[in-house]
Amino acid sequence: MTDQPLNAIERMATVKQERLNARLKQRYNRERRFKAYGIASITGGLAFLAILLITIFSQGIPAFQSSFIKLDITYDPDALYIDDASDPEQLRFADFDNAVRQSMLERFPEVSGRNDTRELMSLISTAAGYTVRDRLIANPDLLGQTETLWLMADDDLDLVLNGTIDRNLPSDERRVSDLELEWIDDLLANDDIERRFNTTFFTRGDSRDPETAGVWGAVVGSFYTLVVTLALSFPIGVAAAIYLEEFAPKNRLTEIIEVNINNLAAVPSIVFGLLGLAVFINFFGLPRSAPVVGGLVLTLMTLPTIIISARASIKAVPPSIRDAAMGLGASKMQVTLHHVLPLAMPGMLTGTIIGMAQALGETAPLLMIGMVAFIVDIPQGFTDAATVLPVQVYIWSDSPERAFIAKTSAAIMVLLGFLALMNLLAVLLRRKFERRW
Amino acid sequence: MQTSTLILFVLALTVVAYVLGRQRSVQLAQPLGGIKRLHSLPNYYGLMAAVWTGIPALVIVAVWTGMETTVITGTVLSTLPDTYTSVSESQISLTFSRIRNIQLGTIDGSQYPDLVQAGELLQRLTESSQFGKVALTLVISVLGGAYAWLRTSPRLRARPQFEVVLKGFFLLCSTIAIFTTIGIILSVLFESIRFFQSIPFFDFVFGTKWSPQIAIRADQVGSSGAFGAIPLFVGTLLIAAIALLVAVPLGLMSAIYLSEYANSKVRGVVKPLLEVLAGIPTVVYGFFAALTMAPLVRDFFQGIGLDGVSAESALAAGLVMGIMIIPFVSSLSDDVINAVPNSLRDGSYGLGATKSETIRQVVFPAALPGIMGGVLLAASRAIGETMIVVMAAGLAANLTVNPLEAVTTVTVQIATLLVGDQEFDSPKTLAAFALGLMLFITTLLLNIVAMSIVKRFREQYD
Repeated sequence: MTDQPLNAIERMATVKQERLNARLKQRYNRERRFKAYGIASITGGLAFLAILLITIFSQGIPAFQSSFIKLDITYDPDALYIDDASDPEQLRFADFDNAVRQSMLERFPEVSGRNDTRELMSLISTAAGYTVRDRLIANPDLLGQTETLWLMADDDLDLVLNGTIDRNLPSDERRVSDLELEWIDDLLANDDIERRFNTTFFTRGDSRDPETAGVWGAVVGSFYTLVVTLALSFPIGVAAAIYLEEFAPKNRLTEIIEVNINNLAAVPSIVFGLLGLAVFINFFGLPRSAPVVGGLVLTLMTLPTIIISARASIKAVPPSIRDAAMGLGASKMQVTLHHVLPLAMPGMLTGTIIGMAQALGETAPLLMIGMVAFIVDIPQGFTDAATVLPVQVYIWSDSPERAFIAKTSAAIMVLLGFLALMNLLAVLLRRKFERRW
Repeated sequence: MQTSTLILFVLALTVVAYVLGRQRSVQLAQPLGGIKRLHSLPNYYGLMAAVWTGIPALVIVAVWTGMETTVITGTVLSTLPDTYTSVSESQISLTFSRIRNIQLGTIDGSQYPDLVQAGELLQRLTESSQFGKVALTLVISVLGGAYAWLRTSPRLRARPQFEVVLKGFFLLCSTIAIFTTIGIILSVLFESIRFFQSIPFFDFVFGTKWSPQIAIRADQVGSSGAFGAIPLFVGTLLIAAIALLVAVPLGLMSAIYLSEYANSKVRGVVKPLLEVLAGIPTVVYGFFAALTMAPLVRDFFQGIGLDGVSAESALAAGLVMGIMIIPFVSSLSDDVINAVPNSLRDGSYGLGATKSETIRQVVFPAALPGIMGGVLLAASRAIGETMIVVMAAGLAANLTVNPLEAVTTVTVQIATLLVGDQEFDSPKTLAAFALGLMLFITTLLLNIVAMSIVKRFREQYD
């Protein structure tokens, strides 16, 4: 009789224990799920990064190669319309495209008629004539002779060779006609096409033709812009940081300055572009599209970053250093310039490099001040019209030509390469000079 | 002499003054028993001489160059008869460039005797201004040097004086932040006021139609532009909302995992990798969004049977932008989660809570204000972001909240209105500045609120 209630209590206890166990299991499951969410979101972010880089690299790598076609060029004075080889004017303006056309027709004697000839000529780059011209200007003796040259092929030929244009598509959906494919196969069969490393891409400025477009003009433009930015923002940023950390009294002005710096760090970059347009170009009348204006705008943009990091590294210098110098009779300025500044310098440099990397990747404010123009020439100075790498990426990405996709990706690779270098430098600098007090 | 040559010349004089000033102090100290009799080291005497030679002269160059054009233009135009000057601003600048061209001889000015005269005046004024600038600068520079030379004496407190000058320079550098803010406000404000003179403020803020194309001639078709900014605001908010929907959960969960679960080794590798996402230029994201993400989104939604998915969709731009701002959310959240004191966690563990329960019910509520601040900062980033939306979101000002349609944003319109040739007083160009003003005010407010929240949060646990 007494067993009955005891059993009931035991049963209740087991039930409770079971419930507790079930609940615990639930809780542990929830724990695992929560952890899995965390891992999943990190993997998600990193996977996106990987996909982004892989997409761009796989698109960009073909742009580092370009094709050349072997042709026998005859420097025929009649076809070139040259009657006096000693006249540089005549050499310069002779009809070299005609010479290229003649040799293409010789290579493919079965081609006749206007349309077929035009199609044949579309295999070779429009810049081929210039190669022939430069060759003849360098060696005027060649006039009347024949020589074998490797001339740059059109970008469509590149696209066929690297498989971007699918040969198996029906001919009306494909950019390259059956006839052209036949010619390409003929050239390939005779080993008259060679693929080489694309030096043009690294030595030329912009162009409307993908095969002659290069990134060098933009690299030089970026360089000039960054020189201006560095020359202004580093000294000003360091001076401002020194003032705010070491000298500024706690008053209204200091407070306003600090609030302003923090706010400027978060102002959208395009607003700085508006400032540059209204102040530097319209008010002060500085030239449009010039690296010096770009540099000024980027200086204002990167200053907050540099000031904030420079202040952090000044703060990291222990007060004992200052006290020791003061004790030996140094003035406040001497303490700062002779002791605090050298110790804070590595940190300031790291911050500056990171600020420069930001400036290098910035596009929007530079669009506002006209650095988006189509510029073929390599800029020669700080006031020449120029463009910069990220803007070049933007310009090319807007271009309808199929081959510019590869060029754009390749330009992005160059840009990311520079950014990686700068960040690596900053990391190394930090590793080498970082001190724990 | 060109201004740049003049500046170089003044700098050369400054170097000379430094050398002379230093020598003079040493010389003066000689009869007294060497430089230990000087108040400061000889270098400081040299530096003070350089300051006196260089700074006043450079200030004069700067002021003169800044005023020159305005004064000369004003004087030349004031001599012209009223028929030339009582017209619009662009007409006047046209007249002025004609005067310059006549004077240079590129235009035959025989039919405009007034302008020829004005051209001669312009020529005279420019020449005398040039001469005056060079002469005044050099005189001031030399006088400053001479003054420093005369002042130099063993009792001169050169070091403290130089330190005051240097400190002034430091102060000046730190006030650049203020001047930049003022510059931004003035430049967008003035143009916006001019814009609101032709387009009423409420039509702009509450109008629902945006088509800024204004015809050049009045008789052209569609000559009246519409400047209702609501479609732009909606588009901006739509894309920013999509971006935050991606970035907040991913960023927050990453931050929680990294600060609560991951060991230091994993954190050391993963954190910098995630931050790479913030270091990639936005134009790269834009290219990816336009070329890879947008077709993907379109194919996916067409695959599940939705028609009318635009090639440029708000969704593609928003998704990519969301990925871009993950690091902002995660690193700020990481900071605030780390700032939550361990005693709170220990108390929770002591009551038998699991780790995730502690995080959800103790750490997260404690860190919430700080996380909100981070989210607001990320939102201001998303609103101000330009390149991704320029390249992937399109230009069509659709008033829609459908993320599969093309929308346009404030930043896209600013960029497209101002790229290329522009007429500076047409409402089309000025509209960009009005939009810029809106953008500046919005992001400024978001930042101020966000920073004050984060600051109050920090103070709570300090």
